[in-house]
Amino acid sequence: MKMNRFKGWLYLLPALLFLGCFMLYPLVDVVIYSLEEGYNSASQTYFGVGLYNFSYVLHDPYFLQAVKNTLLLVVITVPVSTGLALLISMLLASIPKLRDLYQTVFFLPYVTNTLAVGLVFMILFKKTPYSDGMINALLALFGGEAVDFIDGPYWAKMLVMCLYTVWVVMPFKILILTSALASVNPDYYKVARVDATPKWRIFTKITLPMISPMIFYLVITGFIGAFKAYSDEVALFGTNLNAAGMNTIVGYVYDMLYGDSGGYPSYASAAALILFAIVLTITVINLLVSRRHVYYS
Amino acid sequence: MQKQVNQQERRARETRSLIGRILSYLFLTLWALIVLFPFYWMVLSSVKSYSAYNSEYVPAFFTLQPTLQNYADAFSAVPLGRYFLNTLIYTGVTTVIMIIVVVLSAYAFARLDFTGRKFTFTLFLSLMMIPNELVVITNFVTITNLGLRNTFTGLILPSVASVFYIYLLKENFEQVPDELYKAAKVDGTTDLKYLFKVMMPICQPTIVTIAILKIIECWNAYEWPGLITDNQAYFLVSNGIQEIRENGFGRENIPAMMAAVVVISLPLILLFLIFHKKIMEGVSRGGTKG
Repeated sequence: MKMNRFKGWLYLLPALLFLGCFMLYPLVDVVIYSLEEGYNSASQTYFGVGLYNFSYVLHDPYFLQAVKNTLLLVVITVPVSTGLALLISMLLASIPKLRDLYQTVFFLPYVTNTLAVGLVFMILFKKTPYSDGMINALLALFGGEAVDFIDGPYWAKMLVMCLYTVWVVMPFKILILTSALASVNPDYYKVARVDATPKWRIFTKITLPMISPMIFYLVITGFIGAFKAYSDEVALFGTNLNAAGMNTIVGYVYDMLYGDSGGYPSYASAAALILFAIVLTITVINLLVSRRHVYYS
Repeated sequence: MQKQVNQQERRARETRSLIGRILSYLFLTLWALIVLFPFYWMVLSSVKSYSAYNSEYVPAFFTLQPTLQNYADAFSAVPLGRYFLNTLIYTGVTTVIMIIVVVLSAYAFARLDFTGRKFTFTLFLSLMMIPNELVVITNFVTITNLGLRNTFTGLILPSVASVFYIYLLKENFEQVPDELYKAAKVDGTTDLKYLFKVMMPICQPTIVTIAILKIIECWNAYEWPGLITDNQAYFLVSNGIQEIRENGFGRENIPAMMAAVVVISLPLILLFLIFHKKIMEGVSRGGTKG
């Protein structure tokens, strides 16, 4: 028995080492960094301890721009992608043929390198002196005027960013909702049909409540995912996101840490902690709201 | 009279459902086109010749003179083969180490009895909430101070830990009946042998799922490798793509760029075509991208 006790820890040892070095210790360390004022990464010295880093970050126009971009991205893409995924999975459930084929095709973006496809999106939307680009050519068909979506006005860049994000996150949402819809007990629908319940009522009174836990799960993961957006933006607008005015909070953290504007782990830590606080608050609010509206069988 | 009305009503209903079905197919096909179009466009642009591509003010939707020259350019102008090899090594080694770590700790949590098991497991679960952005700062400093920048060790070590997969496999291990374990113990089988000969074969589908999910994650890794490598000899494909975009080929050689993009996307797409059932099943159980 004593031997066994020791053995358990032995089996856990590799995981404990990895998690200890690269998760637990950094977790403590990031708080320490964020409180050290005037930290210099070359000499590893600092002036004092306090909240100055947080104040600096919160007054940095680049950070405020990043917060604005991230919030817009979250507020636009989460409802749009969840709603669209719900519509698509309802349609998938209603067709008898080709369902597997459609499902497989819809899932494709999940396995692709977002940097690589982001480049394709950039080329589709970009306007150069040599060509207006594919999307502008399409817009011209409907009498639209050519816009540079990559280096042009803010709303155009925001639009591309949201479109690409939706394109990237749809596979996961469709997959989850399709399996949620398939797991609804068909007896409910049979009873509703006997009672001649109108379709809309079936949707709001049976389908929606039955899959609400999954919708809710998608909203939470969607919020968290969108708040962490970064590499999609790099793919579209290049590594200098501050210059493009399209930085995100995570991008700000990475820029502060490394690269041309890097070398400030204290500011990066403060920004990362602010991001964590925002995400945590929103998740808790979501959980509180869900308790009232989500039906758990 | 009554009969006729009923018939008319039924016919109207049938027409309506037919129209509904056609609209459903139309909409689903439209979305399928939106999903597939970027892939079509990347392949199409990659086979257009440089001069043809740049002379099109309005891009053409097809080409009659496909060329493979861009693929040759992509491999010769930038070390694309090198990026590819690096990513293969990184993905392979990280996934193998991760599987070993995950299997051992899932076994400990599921089968072995030791003091502090419950507490440690709760601690592990709570670590799942920690976003990567919080720990990446210190990891960057740690790896830099250890002098591991631009090494595979530096790339791989912080990418191994995956609490969620430990949880997933532990749940699966617990479904293996206790009687097997007791019988094996009576026969004098050691724990390690039992784990390899009984548990792992039984839970192989879950282990394969975890491995595939990790492979996808590693192949697409961008942020951590971007922090830790600035030497092109250690770039992974994502960073290679970004490098190509910013400095390689000259900004205008988009066909060569697209050829590189096709080459980089191909392995995962092939993996998906072979394992699509398994991948989709695995993601619906344990995926978190969205």
